[in-house]
Amino acid sequence: MTESIAAVPVERPAAAHWLLQLRRAFNANATSWVGLVVFLVIVALALLAPLIAPYDPLDQDIISRLEGPSAAHWFGTDSYGRDTLSRLLWGARLSLVIGSVSILSAMLIGGTIGIVSGYVGGKFDLVVMQAMDVLLSFPSLIMGLMVVAMLGPSMGNLIIAIALTAIAPFARIARAPTIAVKERDYIEACRALGYSDLRIMAVHILPNIMAEILVMGSLWLATAIRTEASLSFIGLGVRPPVATWGGMIREGFENILDSAWLSIFPSLAILLVVFSLNMLGDGLRDAIDPKLRGGE
Amino acid sequence: MPEPMLEVAGLRKFFEVKRGFPRATTVTVRALDGISFTVGAGQSFGLVGESGCGKSTAGRAVLRLIEPDEGRVAFKGEDVLAAGKERLRALRRKMQIVFQDPYASLNPRRMIGKALTEPMRVHGVGAPGERVARAELLLAEVGLPKNAMTRYPHEFSGGQRQRIGIARALTLEPELIVADEPVSALDVSIQSQILLLLQGLQERRRLSFIFISHDLGVVRYFCQSMAVMYLGRIVETGPIPAIFKEPLHPYTKMLRDASPVPDPTRKVAMLRIEGEVPSAVNPPAGCHFHTRCPHAMEICRKAYPEWTPLGDGRGVACHLHKV
Repeated sequence: MTESIAAVPVERPAAAHWLLQLRRAFNANATSWVGLVVFLVIVALALLAPLIAPYDPLDQDIISRLEGPSAAHWFGTDSYGRDTLSRLLWGARLSLVIGSVSILSAMLIGGTIGIVSGYVGGKFDLVVMQAMDVLLSFPSLIMGLMVVAMLGPSMGNLIIAIALTAIAPFARIARAPTIAVKERDYIEACRALGYSDLRIMAVHILPNIMAEILVMGSLWLATAIRTEASLSFIGLGVRPPVATWGGMIREGFENILDSAWLSIFPSLAILLVVFSLNMLGDGLRDAIDPKLRGGE
Repeated sequence: MPEPMLEVAGLRKFFEVKRGFPRATTVTVRALDGISFTVGAGQSFGLVGESGCGKSTAGRAVLRLIEPDEGRVAFKGEDVLAAGKERLRALRRKMQIVFQDPYASLNPRRMIGKALTEPMRVHGVGAPGERVARAELLLAEVGLPKNAMTRYPHEFSGGQRQRIGIARALTLEPELIVADEPVSALDVSIQSQILLLLQGLQERRRLSFIFISHDLGVVRYFCQSMAVMYLGRIVETGPIPAIFKEPLHPYTKMLRDASPVPDPTRKVAMLRIEGEVPSAVNPPAGCHFHTRCPHAMEICRKAYPEWTPLGDGRGVACHLHKV
């Protein structure tokens, strides 16, 4: 046999698993590293809030209200004398939890809808995708506003509202590569081998489109955090006195002329998170996009 | 001829395609226009024709990877097209497919070991340990080492991937394999290895093959009988030696004369096939081949020639050969 097996390279594949593929994409683009590191630092700070926050975020100190940044209060205090830095750290937890839970559910629901719709095709696909287009036609803030206004402002409802705005984009992003992948011979081989549709979708299509969904996830996490802040800003977020970034901006807004730091610091925090996630997602997408098409 | 493994009768598949803008009109592509053939047990049946003649559609329709509109497919006497979900699943174990493009036929994110044990798992064959052992045996049978189990498709060459594709088709111990241009995408040197492998498997396992190819030389080497397709219809069928000795349909004759024979002293007046295959959307009236046929007569432009059985398993659809 001329086709020697020794010719097979022994080193591990760089592209086979979607996790490995993501890692390669990461290395190809430095900005995604910056994005990831900044985002991970923010997550770590949020997780460590109970340990590192200098004060209780709800502790009021009427004597030292509306103080500017100082050694005792790095980011100053608000109109109730609460420490802005501590509220910022605790608020990060809430923003990240609401953002990630809503985006994870949207990923799960939207991704499932997209894969099934793309796989089944035909009239079903047409109807489902038109329903998604209807969802998509609402700007996410308006949509969130409607849902929270109907259900009332609470953390759970906020998550539902944000998830609803993100389902349609995830359905779209999952559907397109599903349609491309399902035409490939190996999917036909699955059908010839008598695999169930469920198995084909979950075991053979999903891993091939996972990278695209994850990239979308990181970009939409930023949007979700922004939407949460916007809703909190107009008073439809988690109720005070719980600290959220959007809520802090609103409260600071009342004293914007004499104590601008109250709004500026939470705004900067949102900026930083959104910026880092977008860098992460953009970098990943640029690195992955052209290669994914080949199916490698 | 031995008892038939597969009988196909009047298989028809039309695709409706919307064409044109802004006002789309529906056109019908006659991919399969009533084809019939029989594959004997342990035999290889060649399905030959130019691209777009419907030969791949035929292979897929037999396996119901494409649902045919009409016709009958009987596997060992059992009606495949009427089979319900459960029966079809059982039938799938007996009928498998090998694809043309080895780069598209393996899931790039699935380890070879998983790809080979999964069919057994799905069909509840053997215990997990047995499945791995069986997969390793299959790899050995197609000429690949055990350590291929833990590798991914992109670590293999085209020929090796094709071997893996063949091993996967064998996991459920099928009796019939539809080989859709199994060597067309490979280098010539690899082609012969894969053909030898398929031939060895056929002898050891008593497999029947539907061998789809545009390469007459390959079909002549691999098959016992064949059918020539043109625009969705079979124009001639019969045992390989007879067809190659004396092709009856002008198209078959042209195909035969166009396929090279390794004999420098052989001189033939090459009859060239002029022009392109007409569109299957709008096939020529009468005999589809009359636009390219050197013997075209008046009647060929008007009526499609009836199927004429000639005995010995031969048959032809041509006005030149009316009984």
